[in-house]
Amino acid sequence: MGNDAHTPDAAASVDFEQVQSTGQFQELRKRHRSFVFPMAVAFLLWYFAYVLLADYAVGFMSTKVWGNINIGLILGLLQFVSTFAITGWYVHYSNKRLDPIASEIRHEIEGHEFDKNGNRVGGANK
Amino acid sequence: MITIPAAVDVAALKDTTLLNMGIFGLFVAVTMVIVLRASRNNKTAADYYAAGRSFTGSQNGTAIAGDYLSAASFLGITGAIAINGYDGFMYSIGFLVAWLVALLLVAELLRNTGKFTMADVLSFRLKQRPVRIAAAVSTLAVCFFYLLAQMAGAGSLISLLLGISDWGGQALVIIVVGALMIMYVLIGGMKGTTWVQIIKAMLLIAGAAVMTLWVLAIYGFNLSALLGGAVETANNPAVLNPGLQYGKSDTSKLDFMSLGLALVLGTAALPHVLMRFYTVPTAKEARKSVVWSIWLIGIFYLFTLVLGYGAAALVGADTIKSAPGGVNSAAPLLAFHLGGPLLLGFISAVAFATILAVVAGLTITAAASFAHDIYANVIAKGKADAATEVRVARRTVVVIGILAILGGIFANGQNVAFLVALAFAVAASANLPTIIYSLFWRKFTTQGAIWSMYGGLASAILLIVFSPVVSGAKTSMIPGANFALFPLSNPGIVSIPLAFFLGWLGTTLDKRREDPAKQAEMEVRSLTGIGAEKAVDH
Repeated sequence: MGNDAHTPDAAASVDFEQVQSTGQFQELRKRHRSFVFPMAVAFLLWYFAYVLLADYAVGFMSTKVWGNINIGLILGLLQFVSTFAITGWYVHYSNKRLDPIASEIRHEIEGHEFDKNGNRVGGANK
Repeated sequence: MITIPAAVDVAALKDTTLLNMGIFGLFVAVTMVIVLRASRNNKTAADYYAAGRSFTGSQNGTAIAGDYLSAASFLGITGAIAINGYDGFMYSIGFLVAWLVALLLVAELLRNTGKFTMADVLSFRLKQRPVRIAAAVSTLAVCFFYLLAQMAGAGSLISLLLGISDWGGQALVIIVVGALMIMYVLIGGMKGTTWVQIIKAMLLIAGAAVMTLWVLAIYGFNLSALLGGAVETANNPAVLNPGLQYGKSDTSKLDFMSLGLALVLGTAALPHVLMRFYTVPTAKEARKSVVWSIWLIGIFYLFTLVLGYGAAALVGADTIKSAPGGVNSAAPLLAFHLGGPLLLGFISAVAFATILAVVAGLTITAAASFAHDIYANVIAKGKADAATEVRVARRTVVVIGILAILGGIFANGQNVAFLVALAFAVAASANLPTIIYSLFWRKFTTQGAIWSMYGGLASAILLIVFSPVVSGAKTSMIPGANFALFPLSNPGIVSIPLAFFLGWLGTTLDKRREDPAKQAEMEVRSLTGIGAEKAVDH
């Protein structure tokens, strides 16, 4: 029964509901969601604004800015720039704000691990 | 002003056939040796499906780029820019921005909650059997569309590169490509397939970089001058503006929106891309993979911008369109123009390798889904041992390989880019809503998942069947008939919101509640990586 994907692992007998209700986990969840959701909405809006402009504001997009480089090309290249920037920002945020708290929770749980017979086992090493 | 050299002599291309075959043969020989070496310790299911979770983030990121930069991306986008100018460029932007969905919402959480396949994650806290079957069905459907696209691409590529224009000759080459692919996957499993992807991605990006620098050098490293050259050759300043392809009518504009939606939401739901996240040991490496692939893919698409306009300027849209292989021939023709037979041979071999590698990646995904989800968990009810499961996977590889060969022979000549866009639309409709809901929505239920997956899959496929892609237009699969009730050629704008809606509706109307303990387990595992942070033991 249940999911077989993780049966033989170190966390088989953890009370996940209890972990879920801890302040530490709630903080991790809040930090994760408060970054990824607004960011996902922002880049999707920016992408679709670009597509709409290219679709329905051809005159504007065709305005030449410098030589043969027009606004359409600049906005298109800015999509590349924003994609690279968001990637870098997310990695920085994860390293600083998500990874430390996630590994803290992980070590706490895996350090208090019991096997099926109720004997304490050596945490991460199974 | 820059003088434009004499047009490429298409007839001269045939003389390079032997060289093309030689370089391709070398690629096959080298990768086969590597696959054989890599496969020595393929023992467990985790070895076969997930390469023992032994790849680093940068290796896997390069392999993902190799998976993603298919022939449709390389040949298709370069050709689209060469012919349709700016509109071709917009394709590549959608393909790139889509990776942010994977990076922010899917990759790490998925790595932490699954084992081998997408169905592992989707069925984590829902009812195993129905959700697993639905996820496997949509995985197989997406892989099938994508496989068809690649095999059809092989056919049109052959006509250009090997000078084989008769149907039987092309069919023979498709059979050879398919047989080679079956060998790679049977022998190498995920590890071998990943190495083929890595080598191919590096060759492809290096080849494109050389050509890009070359084109830029011709125009004094002045992008504006290059664009001017494209305008001059095309004798049409509109190649620099949006709308050449999609601005024709209100329907075509809406079609572009639909395509954009499918591209941006489809990537993070492509099963063969998702499966790659399991080849790394930790979520952090999964994140690193996506970061690597975003950089590689982004830089590659910047290259295609230069290559596309370079082909428009130096080769010319008319020459490209009249060459065998049509739009897809822009990049090889540009290579021939720049570096003669040797560069053409190299680029052609890389294009072949691309098809081979992507087809191998798709095949192992489809086989893993069948063996792990359908056979081991549904037919054998979780009682099959790993050895039997891998044996079933290997047999499935042969079956899928043969189906891909047959499909490729019959789909030969179909438009490659559109088949790929369909795969994205089906993935975005059938898979993405359920992935997002099950990762982020506590109340999501089995009924919601089933409605969303089957509803998204069925609506996407039905809308395609009743679209101008299949009938009612000169470019349709069945040009003689007309049952095109749906005006758009991409179903995404209808089927994706519908699938999200069905997931919500099915959940709201479901009287059954899912186990809150399972929900808690999935949430904690997905964010912390408990139990998923170590390489699988040998």
